[in-house]
Amino acid sequence: MRAVPSVILFTTLSGAGFGTLAAAGLGLGAGPGVWLAGYGLAGAGLIASGFHLAHPLRAPLAFRRWRTSWLSREAWAAVAALLVLAAPAASALIGGPELRFLGALGAGLCLATVVSTAMIYASLRAVPRWHHGSVPLTYLACAGTGGCFLTTAPGVTALACLALAVLLGAVFVLGDRRVAALGLTRGWATGLGSSGTVRSFELPRSGPSFITRELVERAAGAGSPLLRLLSLLLAGLAPAGLLLAGTPPAAALAVHLAGILLSRWLFFTEATHVAALFYRGDLTPSRP
Amino acid sequence: MSRTLVIDLDSCTGCHACTIACKGWQNANEDTRLPDAEAYGAAPFGAFLNRVHSYEVIADDTPARLIHYPRTCVHCENPPCVPVCPTGASHQTADGLVQIDAKRCMGCGLCAWACPYGARELDPVAGVMRKCTLCANRIDDPARPAEDRIPACVRACPTGARHFGDPTDAESPLGRLVAARGGFAPMPEFGTKPTSRYLPPRPKDRLGAGAVPTPLVPGGGLQVWLDKLLGRG
Repeated sequence: MRAVPSVILFTTLSGAGFGTLAAAGLGLGAGPGVWLAGYGLAGAGLIASGFHLAHPLRAPLAFRRWRTSWLSREAWAAVAALLVLAAPAASALIGGPELRFLGALGAGLCLATVVSTAMIYASLRAVPRWHHGSVPLTYLACAGTGGCFLTTAPGVTALACLALAVLLGAVFVLGDRRVAALGLTRGWATGLGSSGTVRSFELPRSGPSFITRELVERAAGAGSPLLRLLSLLLAGLAPAGLLLAGTPPAAALAVHLAGILLSRWLFFTEATHVAALFYRGDLTPSRP
Repeated sequence: MSRTLVIDLDSCTGCHACTIACKGWQNANEDTRLPDAEAYGAAPFGAFLNRVHSYEVIADDTPARLIHYPRTCVHCENPPCVPVCPTGASHQTADGLVQIDAKRCMGCGLCAWACPYGARELDPVAGVMRKCTLCANRIDDPARPAEDRIPACVRACPTGARHFGDPTDAESPLGRLVAARGGFAPMPEFGTKPTSRYLPPRPKDRLGAGAVPTPLVPGGGLQVWLDKLLGRG
């Protein structure tokens, strides 16, 4: 699938932002700086998502189909979370009382936003690598870890980072196995497989198209073990080390976010749509 | 009554007339326009609602066969492209066809990701999603003569490889054709219930094992006589 910068930024920044807001809402580390960081990250992520739309001014229409569309649910959950948490945030900024109930409610809405974002991808049966429970789990784990940096003790955050690294590594390996085990072929997709091996003789195009750009092509780095390891290192191992060495949490968070950006880039470029079977005939991330 | 396309893989010659006829017809309508970005530039980038692939089917015991495979919307009864749309631009009409209300589409592209058949393409100029409309403005146009009330691709196909009608009506000619030829729906495992059918290529004639043409002249004919004459027999 096409790895668009706006969507990578959106999932990364809003994930960390809503994670931070959830932690602040639960009263883990309430200070004006934490609230501002949470709102800043979440807002930046949501604004980035607008750049993905061909008609961003029509984005308000996206609230209409919440009964069926995870994208619509994500929009509702995000707005609800930001509104509900506005009161506890404002109270923290002016040094007022801690609004525990609204904070907890808002934290729940933050987690619902992150799950909805993940479900936009996990609900797509046509992208086998995404159509799995590991996607919402990973998104929640990334948001939760990102939310720890500014709110919890460095030791706890470091532990969360190490656990995240293990999870991300496992998802790479299990995802590869799961897609390979499906054994989807061009013969299956076209329905011509019963009479022999199906080879692409000529493509229906003389240049790139929306379909090839969006669903079929992958970056040269897709499936690269080196990049996968680097994403684990930046998202989990390095921030854990930095925190234990006494680096300021904000600096460790920046390294963590760089790792999540790389891991999201891999998430998009390594996933392949089944329509790719009509073109290149396989769904594996790496080239032979 | 469901109306849909039935595509005969035996008769399709891969001429792409359906692709062009579709593009021409849709382009004439403001709401379904199918333009190309940089149409006459160095790198044209266009939207098409038909994509004709050519595949070689290779089996051990027969020569390879070339199958032309037009790929387009298969008009699902349970379309995955509709529920994912956050704005409601992508919707199913009362007669079961999935249509796009271009004025409501915000161009997020999620429907194109949800469709397993790769049947939707984003208009690179207007920034809204496009899909096969089954030429709703032709098939229901009372001003057209009956033989013209069919989709543009079906009208244009020079070999009659594309059929339009209701294959679930077992009594209709199209229903009988689909039953006789073993018409199949692509990727049924996705639970999308496509109404379209592909008719698989018919088996080709085959020579029997060790078959050779019977000699025209008994006893070997002219070649054997010449060989004998020249001392090579």
